[in-house]
Amino acid sequence: MKAIKIAFLIVAIVFIWFAQNHFDPYAVSILNNIAIFAILALSYNLINGVAGQFSLEPNGFVAVGAYVTALFLIPADTKLDMFALEDPSAFVLAMHTSFLPALIMSGIVASILAFILSIPVFRVRGDYLAIVTLGFGFIIRIFAMNQPAMTNGALGLNDIPSNANLYWTGFITVLTFVIMLNIIYSKYGRAMKAVRDDEDAAIAMGINTFWIKTYAFMTSAFFEGVGGGLMASMLTTIAPDQFTFLLTFQLLIIIVLGGLGSMSGTILGAILVMGGTEWLRFLDQNMDIFGYNTGAHPGLRMVVFSILLIVLMLFARRGLFGNKELVDVFRRSK
Amino acid sequence: MVLELQNITMQFGGVKAIDDLSFGVKTGEIYGLIGPNGAGKTTLFNIVTGNYIQTKGKVTFNHEELSGLKPNMIVQRGIARTFQNIRLFKSMNVLDNVLIGFHNQANYTYFESILRLPRYFLYEKKLKSDAMDILERFGIAEYAMTNAASLSYGNQRKVEIARALATNPKLLLLDEPAAGMNPNETEDLSQIIKNIKSEYGLTILLIEHDMKFVNNMCDKVLVLDYGEEIFEGKPSDAIVDEKVVAAYLGDFKNA
Repeated sequence: MKAIKIAFLIVAIVFIWFAQNHFDPYAVSILNNIAIFAILALSYNLINGVAGQFSLEPNGFVAVGAYVTALFLIPADTKLDMFALEDPSAFVLAMHTSFLPALIMSGIVASILAFILSIPVFRVRGDYLAIVTLGFGFIIRIFAMNQPAMTNGALGLNDIPSNANLYWTGFITVLTFVIMLNIIYSKYGRAMKAVRDDEDAAIAMGINTFWIKTYAFMTSAFFEGVGGGLMASMLTTIAPDQFTFLLTFQLLIIIVLGGLGSMSGTILGAILVMGGTEWLRFLDQNMDIFGYNTGAHPGLRMVVFSILLIVLMLFARRGLFGNKELVDVFRRSK
Repeated sequence: MVLELQNITMQFGGVKAIDDLSFGVKTGEIYGLIGPNGAGKTTLFNIVTGNYIQTKGKVTFNHEELSGLKPNMIVQRGIARTFQNIRLFKSMNVLDNVLIGFHNQANYTYFESILRLPRYFLYEKKLKSDAMDILERFGIAEYAMTNAASLSYGNQRKVEIARALATNPKLLLLDEPAAGMNPNETEDLSQIIKNIKSEYGLTILLIEHDMKFVNNMCDKVLVLDYGEEIFEGKPSDAIVDEKVVAAYLGDFKNA
């Protein structure tokens, strides 16, 4: 068992090193993208799949993380040049750290916001979390638009120092994966699954379901914040319109494809969906089918994913992995 | 008296589900709660476990008032329950179901589980062996790794009781433990309940319709009808009591 885990880790580390040094920049950027979406989907799956609380939060927390990291990384004089609508506030000017503390701060800010949201939401049962988090995503976007002294408004932030190479994104993906599994195979993970399966029975076992749901939500938000920070640093430019509901929708496809509640499935889902998005680019361009030119249809590849989601819902509702992990397969054969 | 109810009234709108009911359960007793459907037995369970808040009256457990405590706090004080319709955690195996009962005894924090610090391993190892002990006591240790939902009905009942026992209760509330079981399974179950009662020093309050089971198990029964007490005493006396017979079969004399 332990040998398998260590083997997985070694393979992952060697692959990250090899890819960073020997792949062409296009392949590296795709891998970066896959890694960031894997981080986001892994954390999204904790609240949505493992704890069973239907939530639509990622775009909000990713936006928060991206802005916090960006503001921490951009030097003060660049900020003064960049902020066109209003002068940056003194607080924003004073923010400056290196990459790792910036990422950690992104996570902390996102999880503090998650805690504030969870106080009213988890006192009641039902799908209120979905409604509140959907609204939260809109609020964050509107806030970013209308606070030019902090966020440069609709112009967004440019010239973010590009720190996110494959070492950062890859290792944080591995770290997120390991942490999520550590949570799942502990009393907290069991309690989250218990809340998902039957909340009344979970309470009858003496579980404080409010705190279990809050832990899941805050952990989710933390890694979404970190993922947002990585995204900002990889793209080097962010604007409020990047963090719409479509981002959440993409992550939802990944976790439903991989299997709600399965972290191994999520990794596979991220590879398939993000890799597929790149591979299907030819659909958006001019195509010659038997001598007939279809013309360019930007967005046609999104249709493929919509169809994929419908097919999944009809024939494989539990996704590729169900709620099992890859390690469960080895465990059973023992 | 380990559990004492004083003048409990429970009202749902205009319906009085329980009307001014008082009784006490002595330490070490198996106390039966019987009555026709809709008599208010499960409502009473829900009041004791904190799922409902009574309109009037007071519940004390070991001389401590329970009113106002959250259900999960009441479990931590030492009252565990099973449900009338089995409510196992269906996506999990039997061992994990029982381990959830040990939730509050696993004394490690969230960060200790994330970082896999020594206390995580210490408690996980200890609780896993404790959970296997309980499963062995119920004779279902061989199913530890089986998905809970794929067990037979009788075994699912056992898992549910085993899970409740894992919360380390002083008082165990069983809501129709023998429902849907054949006579052999019922016999098996009553033996197990008697064993765990003496081994863990439990007091048991149970709801049951199977009168043979009640007769065989209970030291004392309380018969409820429309939320009111109509009889309290030995089970053998209950089945010949005029009012009890009238409640179950109808009042022939005055009909």
